[in-house]
Amino acid sequence: MTSLAITVVGHDRPGIIAEAAEALSHCGMNLEDSSMTLLRGHFAMTLICAGAADSAEVEAALQPMVNGSLEVTVREVPDEPDLLPLGSTYLVTVHGADRLGIVARLAGVIAEAGGNITDLTTRLSGPLYVLLAEVDVPRTADVEALQARLAEVSTDLGVDATMRLLDNDQL
Amino acid sequence: MNVTLPTLPQGRVLDVIRAPSPILSVSAALVDPTHPAVVQLCADLVATMRVSPGCVGLAAPQVGVAAQAFCVDVSGHPKTRTSNGLIVLLNAEIVEASRNDKGREGCMSVPDLTGDVKRATRITVAGQLPLSGERVLITTDAFEARALQHEIDHCNGMLFLDRVTGAHALHARKVYLNPAASDGC
Repeated sequence: MTSLAITVVGHDRPGIIAEAAEALSHCGMNLEDSSMTLLRGHFAMTLICAGAADSAEVEAALQPMVNGSLEVTVREVPDEPDLLPLGSTYLVTVHGADRLGIVARLAGVIAEAGGNITDLTTRLSGPLYVLLAEVDVPRTADVEALQARLAEVSTDLGVDATMRLLDNDQL
Repeated sequence: MNVTLPTLPQGRVLDVIRAPSPILSVSAALVDPTHPAVVQLCADLVATMRVSPGCVGLAAPQVGVAAQAFCVDVSGHPKTRTSNGLIVLLNAEIVEASRNDKGREGCMSVPDLTGDVKRATRITVAGQLPLSGERVLITTDAFEARALQHEIDHCNGMLFLDRVTGAHALHARKVYLNPAASDGC
């Protein structure tokens, strides 16, 4: 059994996902976790699939869909254990005037506190920059200190930042 | 609203401020409901809301005035259950809130994005009417409750962006001027 990480990036058009999924199915590869979106109009998909085929075989199967407008990468990856968060999950929301370094500085603050970003979305909408990050914060971390540091750095960047506990209701 | 809204003067259509304008992040000041400038501001908010397609509410910070004033009118919207018609409130606050539900919101001050936001579906809001300053309580639900909370947030320097439910809860606005697609406030 092989696990492959595949990325497909490029010009969007109808049918890309259908073609990729068909090629993987044809190779006997099971599409496991995947994420696809449009990033400033560009098609962007990342997925993990597992099966008997090797990366060269899958890359060859995906080649017909490339057609000069898509870039496809395929590489073998080891299995990763599904780790449960060791603390609590917070949502960091940032918005303000776009400038260089917003993600770098705020992600740096989160990393310094031991926080692990597990999901990130950023959007540039005209002059407005928006960042949403889901962050696993370990039990040992000082959450109040992290919030204070985020407030300090966001003020310096001229953006608004909030950090709040994400709902995690077990129903 | 079990009270009659006083007759406001002729309103002027104002430009709507867009994020990242700093005024949208400021907690607005309480206002004197009887002051002529405040009454005119209320009329201007209503006039600006009325000419903006799909708009069901507008708060003073959205027209560049850091004042605790807003208007809402969800009558005729497909998501509306209870409607109090045109609401114009000053110095408003939520005094009771229950039964949260998630919905997708848009905002004239963030025109190209929408977001999934959890809000109370039954609320009671206290505030003052323009001109008379009469204190009123409004109890409502569903879409009108959502619109009121959105506008009260504006008066407290908050955008729907500050309340989205997760990293994947922000979306590019795909449908314009369709009030059923998202809630434009």
